[in-house]
Formats: sequence, C-alpha cells, structure tokens
Amino acid sequence: MKVASRIVVVPQENIDTDQIIPARFLKITDKAGIGQHLFEDRPEFQVKKGSAILVAGDNFGCGSSREHAVWALKDFGFQAVISTSFADIFRQNSLKNALLPVVVDSVTHALLKQDLLVTIDLASQKLSIENGPTVSFPIDSFSKTCILEGIDEIGYILKHDSAISSFEQKRN
Amino acid sequence: MKTLYDKIWDSHVVVPETDAPAILYIDIHLIHEVTTPQAFAGMKKRGLGVRRTDKTFATMDHSIPTSSRSLAGFDEMAAKQVQTLASNCREFGVPLYDLNSAKQGIVHVIGPELGLTQPGRTLVCGDSHTSTHGAFGALAHGIGTSEVEMVLATQCLLQRKSKNFLVNFDGHLKPGVTAKDMILALIAKIGTGGGTGHVFEFGGSAVRALDMDARMTICNMSIEGGARAGLVAPDDTTFQYVAGREFAPKGAAWDEALARWKKLPSDDGAHFDQAITIDALSLEPMITYGTNPGMAIPLTARVPAPATPEDVQALKYMALEPGQALLGHPIDVVFIGSCTNGRLSDLRNAARLLRGRKVNPRVRMLVVPGSYDVKRLAEAEGLDRVFKEAGAEWREAGCSMCIAMNGDSVPSGNTSVSTSNRNFEGRQGKGARTLLASPLTAAASAIEGCVADPRQFE
Repeated sequence: MKVASRIVVVPQENIDTDQIIPARFLKITDKAGIGQHLFEDRPEFQVKKGSAILVAGDNFGCGSSREHAVWALKDFGFQAVISTSFADIFRQNSLKNALLPVVVDSVTHALLKQDLLVTIDLASQKLSIENGPTVSFPIDSFSKTCILEGIDEIGYILKHDSAISSFEQKRN
Repeated sequence: MKTLYDKIWDSHVVVPETDAPAILYIDIHLIHEVTTPQAFAGMKKRGLGVRRTDKTFATMDHSIPTSSRSLAGFDEMAAKQVQTLASNCREFGVPLYDLNSAKQGIVHVIGPELGLTQPGRTLVCGDSHTSTHGAFGALAHGIGTSEVEMVLATQCLLQRKSKNFLVNFDGHLKPGVTAKDMILALIAKIGTGGGTGHVFEFGGSAVRALDMDARMTICNMSIEGGARAGLVAPDDTTFQYVAGREFAPKGAAWDEALARWKKLPSDDGAHFDQAITIDALSLEPMITYGTNPGMAIPLTARVPAPATPEDVQALKYMALEPGQALLGHPIDVVFIGSCTNGRLSDLRNAARLLRGRKVNPRVRMLVVPGSYDVKRLAEAEGLDRVFKEAGAEWREAGCSMCIAMNGDSVPSGNTSVSTSNRNFEGRQGKGARTLLASPLTAAASAIEGCVADPRQFE
C-alpha cells in the first residue's frame, strides 16, 4: 500500500472522536455516506476533499470507541493520518479499516506544512516529505501483513477454532 | 510476581502473542444499539453465527428517549437503530433487555447489577466506558465495531498486552470530595493521553474505602486518561456487591469463585511500568473549565492562563477568561446521570443536598437514573420525590444528556454542570458548554444557579 498526496494539516492536539464525527450522526445502521459529516462542527479545521493524508496533533482520536470516526475519514477520502501519537482504540479501529495511523516524532511532525506532497509506503514503512527527509515509521507487524496481504482477522482467529474450543472445555 | 492485570491476561490467553497479537478469550460481551448494526451486517455477509449467546447480552441505552419508555413519535433514525438491535438479537439468539424489560439500563450500569461483571473476568463492549467494569477486578475495555463483530463470531479478541500503571490514592478524602474528584484530579495531572498504552490499577487506602459505585466512577473515566482499562483489586466490598446477583455463582460455585478471586490482587513487588501517588487528603472538589477532561481544576481555583493554541480555543468555546473564578459562574443546565454517575449512591448524594431545597429557576435540571433498577430503588426510598419537589425532571433510564443523540441535549451557548464523563466541544449538543463535576457539586450548583461548592451545604 502506497499513498502519495498533498497533506491537510489540522495542527490541534487531542482531537477527539466527537470532533471527527458528532454523536448525532451515529444513529445510522450502515456506513454509507458518513464522510459527509466528517468534522461537521469544526469548519475552522478547513478539511476539504481531495487529499488522502491528514496530519493532526498529538493524541489524535481520543475519546469514544466509535469506529464511525474511522469510517468517516475513509469515506471522505483519507487513507492515512499522521500524528505524534494516537489514542489506543482509534489506532485499533484504523488498522482494521486500512486507514494507516502513522506516528512520527515531533521534529518530523513540525516539517509537515499544509499542502506539501507526502508519500507513505507501508511495505518499507517509509514516509517521504517533498523537498524534505524520508523517515521510517513504526506499525504493528501483524496489522501490516493483514493490510498488505488482505488477511481477514476474523478468518485468522477462526483458523484457531480448535484452540478456542479446548480453552472453553478446560474452563468448564 | 504478577499484577492483577498480568493474572487476568494470563488466564485468558488462547494463543500467546508472537509476531501476531495474542488471541484473548472474552468472558462477557455486552452490546447496544449504536455500535452493533454494522457488526451484525458483517456476520450476515459472512454467514456466521454468534459463538456464545450465553456470554453475550444486549440492551438499549444510547439513542433511546428518557422522557418515556416508548419509541412512539420518536426520532425515526434512532427508532430504526433500536429496532435493528431487537431484530438482530432475535435472529442471532442474543438475550436483549429492551425498553419493556425491568433489567434495561446503561450497559455499564446493568452489567454489574446483573452480576455479569465478576472479578477476574474479561469483558468487552463497543463503548469506551467499558472500563467501568474494572472496578470489580475484571479486565474490561471498549472496542470498535470490527472488534464487536470479531467477538460475536469467535468470543475472542486479537490483542497485544498493555503496560501496567499503578495509581495510588493514599490517605482519606475530606468531606465533600468524591470519587469523581479523584479521577478528575488524576487526569488533570497526567493529561488525556497520560495512560495511553497502559492499564491503570487504582489502589491505596482512599480507593479501598470506596463503595462499588464510587470505584466504578473512577474506573469509568480511565479512558479519559488514555488507558483503555482501569482496575481495582477485588476485596470484601466487591464480593458483598456481587453475592446473590442473578448471574453470580451460587452455593459451592460461589465458594470456589471466592477462593479464586482472593488470589487476584497484584503480588507484593509486582512490576509496574509507571506509578503515581496522590495524597487523597490534598484533593478538593474538582470541575473542568475546558474541552477535555484533563482541563480540570479545584472548584475554588481560577481558570489557568492558556499554554497552547488548543487551550485558547477551549476558553473561547467555553466563553471563559483566564484568571476567572468558576465559583459563581452562571449555569443553565444540570445533568445528573450517565455511566459515570447515574447509580443509586450518586442519586443519594445529590438528593441529600436537594432535600427541602429548590432548583434555581434559571436552571433546567435532569436526573436520569442509570438503569431501570436504579430508578426502582431510588423511588423505593423516595429520591424521586426529593428531585421533583425541588423542581428537577425525573426521567427514565438511558445515556441521555451525556451524548446528545437521543433528544436530550444542552442548547447551543448554554452552560451545563454535568456528572457525565466528557466535556468535548459539542458533546452535550452543538455549541453546548460542559463543566464536568461530581453529583454533589452538580446539586449544589443547581440550587444556586451558578457553579457552587457543595461543602457550603454540609
């Protein structure tokens, strides 16, 4: 998976999932069109369509466990988010939807100015900044394989069905 | 030497962590209407069933009205979501405590009430406040909808182990200071990302002295400090709460369980990756002034000067000035309820202040019991009359104004003192300004019509 795009930068820290997608849009029973409400109550973030990479401040995605936040970012067109850190549940939800949560150090983060062209290559775990450095980023090795090879995590667990059954028997 | 978290983790590993995360067994899966429709749709697409319908329990809480227990005339989308849960539960054979059930309530209130939440168990739910159940020494955390589908299908979760973070509250609390103030003080100290990658274990004499409701308040807001889960080691207080509940072990099974549970507390000398000690006696009633739960100060303190652009934006949104005192700041709404503070002892605390007093006419006050059972017990001791005679609204059980997706919300530009868990922009309604506080502080503020110190009434 390789993403090359001009970046959209929202410099704020601690952007919670209520900002990404307000609760009143959680009454849906599917995922269709949820991207139209991305950052709906935060027009000052000026997040416009056309970019595949969002850059945000530290602790992105804190708060609620709503996967709707990830679905909204994906549906809007984002394939990666770059920050100095992500909230745990948001990071999990992202990886399960192939929205890459890319962690960089604060020095690299400071180089990420609005509209710069950034290339993210998952296979080599490299991020390149236009007229700037190329840096490595960490990512969970299992999630990386799942995304690159299209491995379904539920299918993966089901392959261990006998181990689950014997665990259940042992506990009873 | 192991921590409580280590012990629960070890006893639930089906396949150990390698390059791949561990496959961790889940004892209890609680589900609700908001984070499950897409998971059930995924199950149908795969042709999968729910692996353990005896370990999966559903209720309705987030998008339901609290004005009545009927969906008649209610928001069409919300009604459809609630009906979708009901039809999925029927189709997949999952027990559901719906609006006609005496067991309905906020998912994190009914789990413990039913005795589903037990020491040493693993428990998950598609809601970040699942950390609440850690108060029983259960490993409990929120999951996303993809993970809800995973647990429905396999009763397991792919999981990497977190680090251990010990939070000690030594000494004892002063009168008027409660569990809500303890957890707000912690988050103010470490920040909303302070616990990221960790599981909190709350200990120390001030935690030991708390009842189960109060321990749940603390664990509930672990996620606001960035930790997916928070734990309190089980003790006699825990065992007394669980004993006799519907799903609690009985007879010989109880004795066996008790022997097992007593081995759960962290061993002396067990390793914690991080630790912090807070002197309970130094704590004051806390209140938030900003737009995340870490922006909290003692009730008598003044709004701090902004240090970041985010702080500037927060004060602008809240219409507060640096250096301003919050005591005396006028308010419009008071909300008592939620999975943080919607239990019987919370309602008793608020009622103690409101008995024989009136809610200030400028304030709309909502008291929303966390479950039907809390409502029934509160009414049995006359708390509903105290609230109604004071001029507050006494509602049906649900998430209500904590999340503003169910008809209950704070109007734009209004300020609320809320016992809920999040003061994010728009959390209680678009443009709503939320001050998080304890039920005592909320009740005192309702009486005064402005932020008020509960200690003046005691």
